[in-house]
Amino acid sequence: MNIEVRQPLRAPKTRYGIVDCDVHPKLLLEDFRPHLSNQWWAHLQTYGLRPRHGFAKTYPMPKITPQAARRDAWPPTGGLPGSDLDFLRAQLLDLYDMDYGILNPLSPTGQGDQNPDFSAAMAHAANEIQLKRWTRREQRLKSSVVVPYENPEASVEEIRRRAGNRDFAQVFMLSRTAEAHGRRRYWPIYRAAVEAGLPVGIHVFGYAGWPLTNSGWPSFYIEEMTEHATGQQAVVASMIFEGLFEQYRDLKIVLIESGFGWLPALGWRLDKHWERMRDEVPHVKRPPSEYIREHFWVSTQPMEEADEPEHVIDAMKWIGFDRILFASDYPHWDFDDPFLALPPSLTEEQRRMIYAGNAKKLYGLA
Amino acid sequence: MARHVVAPVDDIPPGGRKLVEINGRAVVVFNLAGEFFALNNRCPHRGGSLCHGKLTGLVQSSEPGDYRYSRKGEIIRCPWHSWEFDIRTGQSWCDPGKVRTRRYEVSVEAGARLVEGPYRAESFPVSVENDYVVVEA
Repeated sequence: MNIEVRQPLRAPKTRYGIVDCDVHPKLLLEDFRPHLSNQWWAHLQTYGLRPRHGFAKTYPMPKITPQAARRDAWPPTGGLPGSDLDFLRAQLLDLYDMDYGILNPLSPTGQGDQNPDFSAAMAHAANEIQLKRWTRREQRLKSSVVVPYENPEASVEEIRRRAGNRDFAQVFMLSRTAEAHGRRRYWPIYRAAVEAGLPVGIHVFGYAGWPLTNSGWPSFYIEEMTEHATGQQAVVASMIFEGLFEQYRDLKIVLIESGFGWLPALGWRLDKHWERMRDEVPHVKRPPSEYIREHFWVSTQPMEEADEPEHVIDAMKWIGFDRILFASDYPHWDFDDPFLALPPSLTEEQRRMIYAGNAKKLYGLA
Repeated sequence: MARHVVAPVDDIPPGGRKLVEINGRAVVVFNLAGEFFALNNRCPHRGGSLCHGKLTGLVQSSEPGDYRYSRKGEIIRCPWHSWEFDIRTGQSWCDPGKVRTRRYEVSVEAGARLVEGPYRAESFPVSVENDYVVVEA
């Protein structure tokens, strides 16, 4: 009995030309070999990766599924979820008839590694691998410029090397960095991104050496999943109050995989404090919510699931329907199905913007 | 409502499951220690394929620090967002008041009976020597 298990359910009548802003290709360590010098390859073999956290052999928190992946995302040809281009085409790009997918590679990419030079070598190699194994073989996929963000000089070099290459859609950072994202040590990265005409995507995760909460390490993975929203709140506040957007007026930031329901409340709170304490940050010229609306985009996944769907629509209204980008997080366990994730009461126009229009405009995709 | 012969009993051993198609609808049939149950394969949360999920038990607690694991192998977790469903009832453990996946009546019938009765077995031959899983849908 042959059954097509994953026929799209409730496929819409309209073709939206979906852009998926969060697709995770799995880069394999052996893929790094041709793109690392003999010395760095030997270093990787001998010493391995060394992230800024104390559980170097594993994650600080357990994950709900192996590889944190959908259980049906393991390629039939073997290998890890997200490692097989043909299977990714079948299970994502073709199944949902997508126009584009933005690749956001997570570990191993060397991001946040304790060794700044090794981090730079790995990040460079990760970008070469994206081109060779993914983007050049599938025009619907666009790479992200993986930068060794704790080594800003090398990050700038990497961004300049990729500037003008249409295979790259954005500069890619993680949400947990050694210092808050708005601090000046990272400014060269933002400047290089603006000069290259690329938005900066900030995806949740990365291990910074700091515990996930203000009170240390939480007990449960379920708390780590919740922390992504508070972590991104700190990213937004730091960038605004350090004056980043006064310095780089064309800087565009995409918050990836952190949801968005919290953003209006953060905006209210920042505005309220700014009205009372703006002399502490005189370089911040306007209410924080104005910077939020001008400089930030959010991705949908993990989509907010409110008891009253209208509450989600209200949050979207505050943020702006032109600022919301569809993302699935394929192949991870908390994948959002494009045809089921968005609130049903969105208008046709809003749906078009979120599925495709906003991302095509932001990333310069035809 | 018709009765559909979906598989020879031996196709679904205890602890096993099988995805079948009935009237264009994907249905997953489970064997819990010799008892058969059938659920709509589509997760009512966001559409994951339950057949590809993990078979697990029920973890409950009467107070912090207390853990009870029961009903091993009777709960299926969606392969996508890990929502749990009771294989016996289709009921969701995340949102039991509102969410359940449709459950179908299942019986085991002797092949000798099936060749005579009002049954549909479209995709494989039924032999009189075997027993078969029959789903009412």
